[in-house]
Amino acid sequence: MKVGYFTERPARWVPEDVILRNGGHFAVSNSYFDRERAAEDYNYFIDENLYAEELGFDIIGLNEHHGNPFCMGSVMNVEAGILARLTKKARILLIGNPLPVIKHPLRMAEELAEIDLISRGRMITGWVRGAGSEQFFNNANPTYNRELFEEAHDFIVQAWTRPGPWRYEGKHFHYRHVNPWALPYQKPHPPMWIPGTLSPETVRWCAEKAYPYFGLGTSLGPTCDLWDYYADEAAKHGYVAGSENFGYVLPTFVAETEERAQELGQGFLFGGGQNSFARVEHTLPPGYNSKEAIRKLAKQPQGSWLGISGDKMRGHAEEQEIDVEAIRQKLIPGYQKAQKQFQLIIGSPKTVLPKLKAILTVLRPGSLIIFSVQGPVPNKDRQTSMRLIAQEIIPALKEHAKSIELVDALERAPGSIKLTPGTSRGPVSDRGPLKELGLA
Amino acid sequence: MIKSAEETVSVAGERLAIVKGGSGKPLLIFHDELGYPGWMSWNETFAHERTLIIPIQPGYGKSPRLEWVRTFRDLAGFYSQVVRELRLDPVDVIGYSAGGFIAAEMVAADPRIFSKMILVAPMGLKPAEGEIMDIFPITMRTHLRATVADPAGTPEFLKLYGGEMTPEQFEAFEEARAESARIGWEPYMHNPALPYLLRGTKTPTLLVWGTRDRVVPRGCIDAYQQAIPGAQVATIEGVGHRPEIENSTEFVRIVSRFLTE
Repeated sequence: MKVGYFTERPARWVPEDVILRNGGHFAVSNSYFDRERAAEDYNYFIDENLYAEELGFDIIGLNEHHGNPFCMGSVMNVEAGILARLTKKARILLIGNPLPVIKHPLRMAEELAEIDLISRGRMITGWVRGAGSEQFFNNANPTYNRELFEEAHDFIVQAWTRPGPWRYEGKHFHYRHVNPWALPYQKPHPPMWIPGTLSPETVRWCAEKAYPYFGLGTSLGPTCDLWDYYADEAAKHGYVAGSENFGYVLPTFVAETEERAQELGQGFLFGGGQNSFARVEHTLPPGYNSKEAIRKLAKQPQGSWLGISGDKMRGHAEEQEIDVEAIRQKLIPGYQKAQKQFQLIIGSPKTVLPKLKAILTVLRPGSLIIFSVQGPVPNKDRQTSMRLIAQEIIPALKEHAKSIELVDALERAPGSIKLTPGTSRGPVSDRGPLKELGLA
Repeated sequence: MIKSAEETVSVAGERLAIVKGGSGKPLLIFHDELGYPGWMSWNETFAHERTLIIPIQPGYGKSPRLEWVRTFRDLAGFYSQVVRELRLDPVDVIGYSAGGFIAAEMVAADPRIFSKMILVAPMGLKPAEGEIMDIFPITMRTHLRATVADPAGTPEFLKLYGGEMTPEQFEAFEEARAESARIGWEPYMHNPALPYLLRGTKTPTLLVWGTRDRVVPRGCIDAYQQAIPGAQVATIEGVGHRPEIENSTEFVRIVSRFLTE
């Protein structure tokens, strides 16, 4: 198995009250932008990723978001290009480029090819649809989000593999001269790993293409369900899904002592954490979700999904007063709950290792990506967490993975084990321990 | 009470749901970006002397989405085919908000399609001043409440949207919002070429606008008046984006006078 390191590169200087008052990270005014701190941190996070390689992490993960201080990676490919030159052996995982909001797949094909060339074939590229808020930020028509995603993907694969020049007249993209003079180092093209928050449409698409699917800190039970769905779809396409088809991105923070870890780990909730990525009206732009998803949401008024419910959708949150103290009060029980549910893993190496082992046992991912802490946590503590994970957890974790035969997508090509006609697929997760963990 | 009925017809090569009610000379009505809200008192009044023909815009639940329609101009082209095939032309038309945009696109392409044109707080032109409210990055309740100047003091608004929103309403609004976004996302709810295409329009035109409209600014009315110099403007004091339900008496009076003069 492979273990990777990932950070959102949070803007650590924005006052939390500003984010809470805004009701989310997206749309916080950039009048709070601090060029000196930003310059410092863009450099720091490059160095932090180099440190991850030095510590032995197999993968360095990058992502991008737009228009908010949750993630400083606005143009991830720039950082990936630098890391491609400065790293030696780590794979550079991009999770992922938001194809529908970038709207220029030929340019994307060129940028990624350069990263792959500079790294001499160490890039793993992933694609995302872009968060709802990013449709607004980039003025990308949300109703065509999935069409744009699929068409851009198909185009890029062609641009990488089909000798040019050729002409392309698609539905959303049009190019009269496709002949990029930067092609990927890896043949036929770099591996593609797809992150997601359990949208069945994306899972189905990944299974069809045998692309590994990465759950972004998704709840264990529903993740098992979606793994099954993936594996069923894979069987329809004639192959057996295994651990190489799955990955998991897990918010994790470790310190020397339990107390220190619990104190600093609260950074994950900074500004309301992931559930406050954007306000409801920015999270679900019209037409961004399938009719089925909207129907489901409409019928589950209280149901929470990325912090969104039918009630909130129907409401008029924009006009309501935001009580910062009340939000803060709610965050603390949420912190404990997220840890109980294994959505946040926080502690000393001693308490974290068994939890990570349990997650590997249940989800059987070929790759695990450690998602580092958010909020204004000092560099020293971030690095301590990385070091403790690398030195005191990963070796034992890899032993465990070996004992339960977790194989990753670089060791075994996803889709390479064909399904013998007349047989059925094997299990892709193990729900057994869920009960014992209090999660069944 | 005059009854209205909805039927789905095959027309212009597609399936289209149309609400009809009343008797007399046809009056074509294009609903706004939130969809057909139902038969209201202003419909009832007009239906005594006119046959109201209200197509439900494709993609708004009742009529299937037309994937090939990707802009308001495409939609207007389709509706023009519908009008010709139903042998309605020339016909009097009322277009509300985005429905006004549709009517304006139709008359720009075919100056003889309408006998009289009433555009109520119409979108479609870049405002001479101000901005058309961005209805997409807000929740639907906020949007709905912004459409009238005084929600609590507008009985027909409360009748339509008071109380809890049902899952069916929620879904219908989402569909309407999605379809408006699909064809009106960029440029936002207007066509930069439309003022030029409207030059020389001879169709008698009435522009209706409420002084407390928060969705469509007065600048849109000014832009239409600039594009169609003969257009009359009727301003209704104290109402918002939906004068037909906020002050239906005044609205009906103004529109009836224009239609009969």
